[in-house]
Amino acid sequence: MLAVAPWIIDGAPYESTMGLVQKIFYFHMPSAWLFLIAALVAGVASARFLFGRAPSADYWAVAAAEMAVVFGIITLVTGPLWARKAWGLWWVWDARLTSSLILWLIFVAYLLLRRFGGPGSDKLGAGMALFGLVNVPFIFVSVNVWRTLHPQTSVVPTLPVEMGAPLWFCLTAFLLLFLALMSMRAGLARQRARIEALYLSEEEA
Amino acid sequence: MTRHALPLLLFGLLAFGPREANAQPQPSADEFVPVAEAPPGEQIPAINLVGAAYGFVWVVLVGYVWTLGRRMSQAERDLAELERRRS
Repeated sequence: MLAVAPWIIDGAPYESTMGLVQKIFYFHMPSAWLFLIAALVAGVASARFLFGRAPSADYWAVAAAEMAVVFGIITLVTGPLWARKAWGLWWVWDARLTSSLILWLIFVAYLLLRRFGGPGSDKLGAGMALFGLVNVPFIFVSVNVWRTLHPQTSVVPTLPVEMGAPLWFCLTAFLLLFLALMSMRAGLARQRARIEALYLSEEEA
Repeated sequence: MTRHALPLLLFGLLAFGPREANAQPQPSADEFVPVAEAPPGEQIPAINLVGAAYGFVWVVLVGYVWTLGRRMSQAERDLAELERRRS
């Protein structure tokens, strides 16, 4: 689906004021949604890990945190490339952009903590992911509450079919990729936990 | 003499300073300039921005899949080695 996406996007009509550069939207918006979904999944899984004592939830939290960093960097780079032409600026420090950057930095810090934090970093990381979770609704409503150059959330439902169909196609493609990568990453975390347990049992023997 | 110098200086700054500043406005570094009015050398063609955006998406996704594949095969090798040692 991702391989076909450029041809489908190429067939979509040009937006009247922005022209060609608006086509960045077809990759920018799906990645932005998945960035927020990944942060939600990481936060909920971390809450389950912290309060429900479910070790498997931690595997999903790590996987979702990595997805948040991957789709977050796509969002934060494609957005300014579009904004440079549409707004005349690479970046504005408004509520949407700033809070999105903070969310991305939270998950970068989460992954660094999990990589280099040593024992106990799983619980500390879970606390950080909860902070990320709290940020998600703020990011979503920020464009409707504060004055900003960023389009509001009401734009997507009002798109004409010729522009809506490529968008939903790209969103489906990104979502399937997201689910596949996240389940693979969670499987890797499970496998690593098993390796660690085997090493420990070997040392004890 | 010095007692009157400071009030006179302040009066002078207040009276003539702003007029001088208004006479020569300094361009602000973060002033907004619409892209359409920017000099041609500063305008970036849309195709370059779209190409950069799509290229970046592909580089990130392919790069991530590659690193994930490497980490998975490394974990499988470690697991196989451990299980071989245990048996």
